[in-house]
Amino acid sequence: MSDTDILLKIRSLEVEGHSESGWSPIIRGVDLTLRRGEVLGLIGESGAGKSTLGLAAMGFARPGCRITAGSVEFDGIDLVRASEPEKRRLWGTRLTYVAQSAAASFNPAQRLIDQTIAASVREGLRTGADAAADARALYGSLMLPEPATIGRRYPHQVSGGQLQRVMTAMAISPRPNLVVFDEPTTALDVTTQVEVLLAMRKAVREHGAAAIYITHDLAVVAQMADRIKVLRHGAEVEEAPTREMLAAPKEDYTRSLWSVRLLNKPARASEDAVLTVEGVDAAYGTATVLDDVSIRLPRGRTVAIVGESGSGKSTTARVVTGLLPPRTGVVRFNGAVLPPALAARSKDQLRRIQMIYQMADTAMNPRQTVEEIIGRPLTFYHGLRGAALERRVVDLLDQIELPAHFIDRLPSELSGGQKQRICIARALAAEPDVIICDEVTSALDQIVQENILKLLMRLQEDQGLSYLFITHDIATVEAIADEIVVMHKGHVVEQGGKDQVLAPPHPDYTRLLLSSVPEMDPDWLTRISEARGLG
Amino acid sequence: MTQSQPITAAASGPRSRRSRAERLGRALKKAPASAHLGLVIIVAYLTVAILAPVIAPHGEAQVFAQPFAPWSAEHWLGTDQIGRDILSRLIYGARNTIGIALATTFLAFLIGGGLGLAAAIGRGWLDQLLSRAVDVLMAIPSLIFALMLLSIFGASSLNLILIIAVIDSTRVFRLTRSVAVSVAVMDYVEAARLRGEGLGWVMRREILPNILPPVVAEFGLRFCFVFLTIASLSFLGVGIQPPSADWGSMVRETAQLIQFAQYDLKAALTPLIPAAAIALITVGVNYVVDWFLHTASGLRDDV
Repeated sequence: MSDTDILLKIRSLEVEGHSESGWSPIIRGVDLTLRRGEVLGLIGESGAGKSTLGLAAMGFARPGCRITAGSVEFDGIDLVRASEPEKRRLWGTRLTYVAQSAAASFNPAQRLIDQTIAASVREGLRTGADAAADARALYGSLMLPEPATIGRRYPHQVSGGQLQRVMTAMAISPRPNLVVFDEPTTALDVTTQVEVLLAMRKAVREHGAAAIYITHDLAVVAQMADRIKVLRHGAEVEEAPTREMLAAPKEDYTRSLWSVRLLNKPARASEDAVLTVEGVDAAYGTATVLDDVSIRLPRGRTVAIVGESGSGKSTTARVVTGLLPPRTGVVRFNGAVLPPALAARSKDQLRRIQMIYQMADTAMNPRQTVEEIIGRPLTFYHGLRGAALERRVVDLLDQIELPAHFIDRLPSELSGGQKQRICIARALAAEPDVIICDEVTSALDQIVQENILKLLMRLQEDQGLSYLFITHDIATVEAIADEIVVMHKGHVVEQGGKDQVLAPPHPDYTRLLLSSVPEMDPDWLTRISEARGLG
Repeated sequence: MTQSQPITAAASGPRSRRSRAERLGRALKKAPASAHLGLVIIVAYLTVAILAPVIAPHGEAQVFAQPFAPWSAEHWLGTDQIGRDILSRLIYGARNTIGIALATTFLAFLIGGGLGLAAAIGRGWLDQLLSRAVDVLMAIPSLIFALMLLSIFGASSLNLILIIAVIDSTRVFRLTRSVAVSVAVMDYVEAARLRGEGLGWVMRREILPNILPPVVAEFGLRFCFVFLTIASLSFLGVGIQPPSADWGSMVRETAQLIQFAQYDLKAALTPLIPAAAIALITVGVNYVVDWFLHTASGLRDDV
């Protein structure tokens, strides 16, 4: 390997972040070498310093962070010592960035094409007309619909997956030497993720750019990267070529990154239904969202509702909870018809169906302590007060495996996994029969996901709970479900036992959904793109 | 993370929570000098207002022989146009002006805040109805509107409070509604509704604590504006009615003394003293509000 081959050389880099207690290390002496045209995957749980390292590779430190030691050498330029104007000339042209949330990263008031070509035109790499023609060609090669005119739209006029591909076009447009992808598909559902991954891989390969691909999903990074580096607590755990790492990870920690995919609960059948949704049609205004949906939840079992976003999964939950009264059809609980509207249901009916949300952050009042959050349903439904209330809260904390002193904490003093546990405790406090779990693990890391799923399964064993588990992640389904309901565009495609639904033959949509789940196999993406003729 | 060990409340030991008074004490200790100054001003005003009959050297409406008397040992700040002791009226004025301003501001927040929260939670036709009604009220210049209503209903203290409160509540409504709308869509509000909580609980416990900083900031501002409105109305003669003392009308009644600055500087200062009293309380209130906003922004800083 000659020296001219090396594009990026990071040596014993240290980055610190500022918090209330002063400066603390985020990156502790990481080395990284990237050759021209090579793709490196960076993986680790949240807080491992992946994004910080990715940004540092561009010579950038987020506000509140600072590079304290080490060197970042990009094509012979020392980015740690380079002046701000020097770096600014590189950013957006030779060094580009694709962010996790495309929706939050675009300027909502500018047309897509103007934003796509802004950096090239600003640095005088190309004339506006020239760059625009090139951008349209890129849109085409990224398989965006109507490539000639889509650039004239504004960010809110295209879907999330399309926006992510436009952002990739923006990053490729100036023909950079290095693109940093920071969790670009985390917010997308699986069927969209496949398209975006293919588009990004194609763009990077065709234009010979080197890339750093940051994610917490090893299966995704396996499709993209030549080499993978695992980070933990700001330090390197191991680095190896992709195939080697997947075949034989050296460290236990690396293996634990995909342990949630290895969870697989044997499915059990049950005849006794605790909750049934029968022939429900529902609409927001005049837009029909659910069309003749029927779902059966057996007692003490878990039914997973899967489907991409917009398939009506969450709307089904809203019908069950009474937030959205259906136009026709009924929801039965223990055989009796539930009043369609929330306001008409009795306190006891409300108590028996509890809900856990995807974003634990917004599901807890930031001004209330853990005791108030968990204690309210205890007071509201069971009339507990004073010392009895406190004892029961401590008892519930114990059930969710948190120590008693958490009782005084505010949500801002909890980690993501701890927040979700508190939300589970709040649902348990009501002593429900049914808990609706709306994507409860999708905002969490793989390791935390595994712990939360195990907790939910243990609680089901202990208390005979029934779960209606809404998710778009098939790995989660395999881990927890007894039965599966596949939904698509407001219809139920099929409902059946887990083994039956996951085994062929499948209806077309189920097949598409299942084959879109990234597998721990570096050839998976190539294989399905050939199978679907997406090439 | 601890593995399941049975933990009893007794074993978990005494809780580290501090009492409300202790927390307030700690917060005060950390407060900046401006906040202390603000608190001192407010406490001083309140003391004067409450203890007015004890502190004041003469009665509120007691008339002495000499009108426009100069500053003297008998009348420290002289007398006004009909011979009432100005210092005494200044002290009683604190009572009337602060009392009415405080009552008015509270009432305005009760009306505007309550309706704003209800509109934010209910949305739909309730929101439309209230918002459009508020738009209509806000379209009329408030001082002229207040003047008109006061001349229709008569200038009693009660009318004064009600009318200014209603007019001012429109601004409070606008603010409360706009900040509450973004909180009302949070999952924890939905969770409370799913639990079966009533509208009152959702408003008070789930939404109000989360919109408190902007609302309290507005309270400080509104209080000052109400103060000024009352003073302006009194200056125009429809505010607090004689013989009740009030700082706005005191400025008007003694304004002409300013012309005598070249003969008696102290007498010329007389109309400026009630004006300064108004200015000082507004400054004090705003210092305290600023401090509150600063502490509230960090949610909790005593950890």
